[in-house]
Amino acid sequence: MASYGLNMLNSTVNWVTQALDAPSARAVVFGVHIGGHYFVEGLLLVVILFLLSQKSYKPPKRPLSKKEIDELCDDWVPEPLIPSITKEMQYQPPVLESAAGPHVVINGKEVVNFATADYLGLVGHEKVQESCTAALEKYGVGSCGPRGFYGTIDVHLDCESRISKFLGTPDSILYSYGLSTMFSAIPCFAKKGDVIVVDEGVHWGIQNGLHLSRSTIVYFKHNDMKSLHDTLENITADNKRAKKLRRYIVVESVYQNSGQIAPLDEIIKLKEKYRFRVFLDESNSFGVLGQSGRGLTEYCGVPVDKIDIITAAMGHALATEGGFCTGSTRVVDHQRLSSSGYVFSASLPPYLASAAITAIDMIEENPDLIKKLKKNISLLLKGLSNVEGLTLTSSPESPIVFLKLEQSTGSTKGDMEVLEEIAERALKEDSVFMVTSKRSILDKCRLPVGIRLFVSAGHTEADLTKASECLKRVSALVLKHRD
Amino acid sequence: MIAIPYLTALSTYFSYGLLFAFGQLRDFFRKIVDWWRASTLDGYAPICLGLEDFYIRRLYLRIQDCFGRPISSAPDAWFDVVERYSNDNNKTLKRTTKTSKCLNLGSYNYLGFAAADEYCTPRAIESLKKFAASTCSTRVDGGTTMLHTDLEECVARFVGKPAAVVFGMGYVTNSAILPILMGKGGLIISDSLNHNSIVNGARGSGATIRVFQHNTPSHLETVLREQIAEGQPRTHRPWKKIMVIVEGIYSMEGELCKLPEIVSICKKYKAYVYLDEAHSIGAVGKSGRGVCELLGVDTADVDVMMGTFTKSFGSCGGYIAGSKELVQYLKYTCPAHLYGTAISPPGAQQIISSIKVILGEDGSNRGAQKLARIRENSNFFRSELQKMGFEVLGDNDSPVMPIMLYNPAKIPAFSRECLRQKVAVVTVAFPATPLLLARARICISAAHTKEDLVKALEVISGVGDLVGIKYFPAEPNKQHQEHGTIKLE
Repeated sequence: MASYGLNMLNSTVNWVTQALDAPSARAVVFGVHIGGHYFVEGLLLVVILFLLSQKSYKPPKRPLSKKEIDELCDDWVPEPLIPSITKEMQYQPPVLESAAGPHVVINGKEVVNFATADYLGLVGHEKVQESCTAALEKYGVGSCGPRGFYGTIDVHLDCESRISKFLGTPDSILYSYGLSTMFSAIPCFAKKGDVIVVDEGVHWGIQNGLHLSRSTIVYFKHNDMKSLHDTLENITADNKRAKKLRRYIVVESVYQNSGQIAPLDEIIKLKEKYRFRVFLDESNSFGVLGQSGRGLTEYCGVPVDKIDIITAAMGHALATEGGFCTGSTRVVDHQRLSSSGYVFSASLPPYLASAAITAIDMIEENPDLIKKLKKNISLLLKGLSNVEGLTLTSSPESPIVFLKLEQSTGSTKGDMEVLEEIAERALKEDSVFMVTSKRSILDKCRLPVGIRLFVSAGHTEADLTKASECLKRVSALVLKHRD
Repeated sequence: MIAIPYLTALSTYFSYGLLFAFGQLRDFFRKIVDWWRASTLDGYAPICLGLEDFYIRRLYLRIQDCFGRPISSAPDAWFDVVERYSNDNNKTLKRTTKTSKCLNLGSYNYLGFAAADEYCTPRAIESLKKFAASTCSTRVDGGTTMLHTDLEECVARFVGKPAAVVFGMGYVTNSAILPILMGKGGLIISDSLNHNSIVNGARGSGATIRVFQHNTPSHLETVLREQIAEGQPRTHRPWKKIMVIVEGIYSMEGELCKLPEIVSICKKYKAYVYLDEAHSIGAVGKSGRGVCELLGVDTADVDVMMGTFTKSFGSCGGYIAGSKELVQYLKYTCPAHLYGTAISPPGAQQIISSIKVILGEDGSNRGAQKLARIRENSNFFRSELQKMGFEVLGDNDSPVMPIMLYNPAKIPAFSRECLRQKVAVVTVAFPATPLLLARARICISAAHTKEDLVKALEVISGVGDLVGIKYFPAEPNKQHQEHGTIKLE
């Protein structure tokens, strides 16, 4: 077998040699003998050149013709702008016929109001009203311009320094809307690549700020310090680059979505251990927590300069609108040109800024207001300690009293229906106005929904008893009916 | 399109180059000094990264006094500008108690509702007494008063849509609505010079964003055709929905939107139209109903109409007007409605009252006079500026007119010199405009009288000569005077 193959090879080689040695292959071109391998190489070269001259193969490119694009455009059917309206979307909130104080008029009937975050009962207070009227007469209603372009009115500057003086921070900056404060301030200090560790229960304003900052977001369990510790440990342990990044912890002092108070002293310990900066939203604690209403820092006995950035909406205890951010001069000045909600928006109407100044003056002058509020909160909590079917989730000193269903129906939508029924019947039958914690489809918060009662220093003892009695009665009725 | 003269562009680049070089030099020495001292950072990364605030530290601070000038009166035709001084090379500015009365060419007080008004202010104070300054609650909870429902009806009627919803802040209106309407698989086609609130809203929505050349309907059509044919990137699935976002008057260019062309293109390609009338509502149109009225577009063809109350109405907040279903859906799910404090009752009353004045429902013709006045004032002022040889952007009828400055040094020169002669103008630079296209912006108001405008023109012309911003040859003087008198009477 092997010899046969060898014979074949030999004869082939002979044949090739003969063919190459043939007289025809002995041509001489420009003095070079084109014999043997030269001939083959020349031939190959010709083939290579031929192939090179050919265009490489590409699938034929056929751009869509005008007619085809026209057809595609005709064929395209967009989705409707909004989904079709379902029953739950037709919810109509009660319409107030009076100022939103502790007692309001709805449908001609006076009801006790637990839906307004007027913690100190300053809505419609004489002094605030006076300063607003004076400002309206002097400055008109709106400021007609952003802060950079003649929208800075002297009361804005006064208000900023009043806030700083009250809190003991170097400087503050006023925003024209509470909701925009957080989502403008966060993207100023965090950019792509920076790390933000955030509580999973934060409100939408913060969530939006986090999204706009494009930073790396890590959530920890709601108000769980162990989870925060583990998260910080994980981030710093296996990431050497983390040292060079800006790192933040974002928390709310009193969570709007659960009424819990953040343990700031523990957060500060962790922050200092892992070298993170703290962003604190004091919307529901400013003017409420602490001996003199200076917020969570005072409540936890933490010096205010340990917190790098404090924000707060003024539409709660201060009974006005807008928001502010306070911190070091550097932090504040940086926002004056980088914060989109500050640069690109008209400034706060001057009468609201002057209302804020008056409100802070009043908090400082009347520490009794805060004492009264604390007393009211504990009274209400006492009354609500054993409501059938509902559990308290809020902290004992939080001005937001938050109750969730003891047994969830299994879905947020189902829970919401039950809670909505309780709130509706409380208003209709007992004239107690309380609200459920409604959620937008954009809200990523997954904490259980519940009923929220905003306690005010303006509530009387009778109001509070009425509310707790009513809630007990109605929830028992509604939940029994469900079973 | 703005065409910068070649030499000007060169000198502008040079100026910025110089500023940058010196800024870097100062930063370099700063670094050495900081290194000498002990570091205060202590393991933290710096809160503002080097180049992030370079512009503020080394460029903006030098001319800080031209921006954010505090005033101590209502932003009316004339206002009191608080004088400031600095002891540390403009790094910090301190207020004095001295003020100077200046002509206001800066505020968005188009119809003159910013100051106390005989009809609006008493009513605003009355509702303050009845409903207090704030509701301290969101609209879905306890923040809806009778005023709010009245306001929404009033706005819907005014803009010519079946329903409307109002929010406490204009910026939030845009940035919280867009994420509701658009989402993944959607396409937002946005004008290249749209306001920052739209840009942020679009970013927050998660939809794909494409940009078309500023106010160029033909380019919009090209983009639309291309995008519909191609579909979503990578998957090539068809887009779920497409929304085209334009503004009525572009606040930094003073241009009117080419709405009729854009609307007809959108209709042809089945894209939704989102119109932001922040500067145009109340200011243009025969009865103040904005660009739709001015350019003869049926409001039914515009799907979402947005606007703010901070400008013409002299209040605060913003609105969305659209079909009943749209408004109902927004009220159900929009975060600004669910989580934001309701618009302040006196502010709401101010809007209702000013709309009544504009429509003549207050029993006088003050509204019609105001509208005629702002149109006359704007067109007079614009044509005079153009005759003087300034490079003025924008269209007729628009009360916003930017004057191009270009060079960075001309920004403070123009602003300070005008202020010295008691005319307060706004100069706009980065980040509100591209770095090269610095400008002064004049906003005309119906509250300005003929004498005010003539004085302003005199001052601006003088300062313009001094600073050298008359980039075009002036028209002969005689004709200009004649023209001026004709226009005025």
